[in-house]
This record gives sequence, C-alpha cells and structure tokens, in this order.
Amino acid sequence: MKLEVDIRKALRAQDRVFQLDVRFRSDQDLMVIFGPSGSGKSVTIQAIAGLITPDTGQIILNGRTLFDSRAKVNLQARERNVGFLFQDYALFPHLTVAQNIGFPIQRSAFARLDEAALKQVSSFLAAFELSEFASSYPRQLSGGQRQRVALARALIRRPDILLLDEPFAALDPLLRHKMRGELLQIQSRIGIPMVVITHDPADVELLGDNLLIFENGRVRESFNFAAASSGMPRDQKIQEVLRKLVP
Amino acid sequence: MLGDALVPLLLTLKVASLATLIALTFGVAWGFLLARKPFWGRDVLDAAFTLPMVMPPTVLGYYLLVLLGRRSWVGQWLEQTFDFRLVFTWQGAVIASAVVAFPLAFKAARAAFEGVEHQLENAARVLGSNEWKVFCRVTLPLAWRGIMAGGMLAFARAMGEFGATLMIAGSIPGKTQTISIAIYEAVQAGQDDLANFLVLLTSVVCISVLVASGKLFPKQF
Repeated sequence: MKLEVDIRKALRAQDRVFQLDVRFRSDQDLMVIFGPSGSGKSVTIQAIAGLITPDTGQIILNGRTLFDSRAKVNLQARERNVGFLFQDYALFPHLTVAQNIGFPIQRSAFARLDEAALKQVSSFLAAFELSEFASSYPRQLSGGQRQRVALARALIRRPDILLLDEPFAALDPLLRHKMRGELLQIQSRIGIPMVVITHDPADVELLGDNLLIFENGRVRESFNFAAASSGMPRDQKIQEVLRKLVP
Repeated sequence: MLGDALVPLLLTLKVASLATLIALTFGVAWGFLLARKPFWGRDVLDAAFTLPMVMPPTVLGYYLLVLLGRRSWVGQWLEQTFDFRLVFTWQGAVIASAVVAFPLAFKAARAAFEGVEHQLENAARVLGSNEWKVFCRVTLPLAWRGIMAGGMLAFARAMGEFGATLMIAGSIPGKTQTISIAIYEAVQAGQDDLANFLVLLTSVVCISVLVASGKLFPKQF
C-alpha cells in the first residue's frame, strides 16, 4: 500500500473552530493512528473514505488520486473502493447477516444476487464463522459477532484499503483482546492494507509497528518500529514511546 | 337502508384511498427533501405545509375554490383542454381530502427520515452504493414504519373530511356525498335511523382500519 495524505479542514462547532492540518505518507500494510479523542483521527480517515471533504490538499492511494483540491478531483465515497469499519459497526438493522454481507456486491437497488455472488457470501459467512447466523438480524448478535459481520461486509468487495475507526472500543476487555488477534489473522490471510485509529495503548502494543501520533489536529510524531533495527527489541521500544505519551 | 349507506361508504373509501395516495406521494417527497437538504426558507415551507392542519376546513375549501374553480386559471385550463371540471365532482373531493390529509403524511415522513441514522447511509455509500440504492435499500426501509403510521392518520383524516369537501364538491347523493356529509344530511332531514346506522358503520370501518394497520406493519427489527 502507498498512502499519501496532506489535507487541511476547518470544522466549526458552535463558537469553537477545530483546525485539522495533517500530512503523512505510509507504505506499510498496517498503520496505527494513535491520539486522544478530538485530535482529528476520525476526521482524517473519514476524509480518506470520502465522507468528509477537506478544504484543501490531496489524498493519493496507490497512485490513484482520491482528492486533490487544486486539480478539482474529489471522487465520491462509492467510487473510492475504500473499506470502512465504523466504530458502532453501522450494520443495517433491517437486513439479515447474509443480506448485510451481500449488500456491497448487489449491483443495483433491487437486483438479486446471482449464483457467484451467493457463493461468495456463503464463503465469507464461513470464513468469519457466521454461517449459523446467516438469517439472524444484527440485534440478535453479540458484540464480537457484529464486528465480524461488519468486517466481512467491508472486505467482500476487496477494497484497496480498510480503515478502522476505534474498532475495539465498543467491546468488553476480554473480547477486545480476542478480536485484536482475529484482526491480525485476517490481515495476514487476505492481505488488505489497514489503517487503525485508536486511543487505546493496548491496540498500539499489538498492532503498532507503524505508528502515527495525532495531537490537536496535527501529526505530532511518527514511528516505524519494524524497520528500525537499533538495539532494543520492538516491544520495548513501543512501551517506551507509550510511557511518554500516556503518563 | 343498507343501499343508502353503501353508496356513500364506497365513495368515501375510494376518495380517502386516492387522497391518501396523493398525500403520501407528496408527503414522502417533501418530507425527505426537508429532512435532508438544508436550504433557504425551509422553515417557512414547513409552516406552509402544516397550514392545512390548523386552518378551518371551510377556509381551505374556499382557497381551493378560488384556485381550482371554473373562473380560476387552473379551472379554465382543465375545462378547455380536457373538458373537465373539479367543482362538484368526486375528483374535487379527492383533492380537498388530499390537501387536508397532506400535513399528517408530510410531518410523519419528515420525522421518520430525520430518525434514520446518517451513519447507516454513509456506510452504504462507502460500500459502493449510489444515492438511489442508498434511498431504496437503507433510508426508505428504515423510515417505512413512520411513513405508514402517517399514512394511516392521513387516511383516517381523509375519511372524516367534511368542510373542504362540502365547499368544493358539494353534497350530491351518489356522486359527491361522502359518508360524513351523508350523516349531516340525514340528521338535518330527521332520518335518525339512517344517521345511527351510518355513524356505527363509520366507527366499525375506522376501528378495522386501525387494527389492520397494526397487523400489516409489524415491527420487524
């Protein structure tokens, strides 16, 4: 993956103005953006997905320009082929698990899924251990199952990148640990690049080889623990960085 | 007596159904627009659309007469092009009932659309849907129950419509005399038996409609 982001956006809420001004590039397949809530992480990935339009700047993914204010390029969210895992999963409550997962590959509003598409849905159901819940509704599922449905739905179109907005925040601590492991497995199995945003240091410890620290709408620091090879083991280096960030 | 009752009842059901269809079509379209697109004058438009609910039906009927009557621009155009008059016809009663019922359908639709989580529509967009698919597969199904509740209220209101209908369609037995007007005429003429029967019939029909609507639109999720 090659992601280049260089954007500015002023957000107004009543009398306060929040100024986002971030610039970073990454060629790693897993990147973690870490920072307190309100530091601009969420706005940034929403801009990459096309849900928010930056005031100025550009976003380039694998050489494809998604947004460029100067060249007046602004691809619609649906044209970007970007996967997005919402914090509360945003599953469609009126559709079954199978219908949720099949939604992205349904060609038009009322088209039926053809045989190949149905096969694809059932293979995703199986891969995410959801086969027995195919005809359940999202409200009947546990938090972890809901997250798996959301992941399967986001990945079935094979997006160029998967953006995850605080993916574990809605889960209880035990499940959180398990789902982190599952996410890493999925990542290594299907190899779709991911950008995870989080304010949980535990996420950074496990996933944060390539780490970006946000503060007040800016990139404060960036680290690449996998590449650096000086002395200290990876875990220890991450611990040290986290100690400085989270007192 | 059954014959005397059946004719106005069937006419009322026909008028109320068509009026509800018209009120729902416009109510859903405007409700969606006002719920989703901020534009200048939105509040004024919302107030204007609510007017038929608060204005006396006779005032509405008068407005409709002025707007659609034989001397109006629309009335003359209809008469010259299609040789058709709205005044003193059942189609006129449909227009009157639709206008009176519209605010109920519109208000319910707007509230229903505003209740649909924006995040779900965004999720559909990121998953590659165009705006038509977002509306048909996400927004409308999630707003459906609220819209139908408004539709039922609109239907009930259209069934009971009296003032505006009397102004524009009059009370021609078998042609424009709806059940509420027939009740009024029966009471005026001292036909207490017919009035009692019509009142009872209307009550039964209204209750059946409300019960059926609960069964037709169960909560699914």
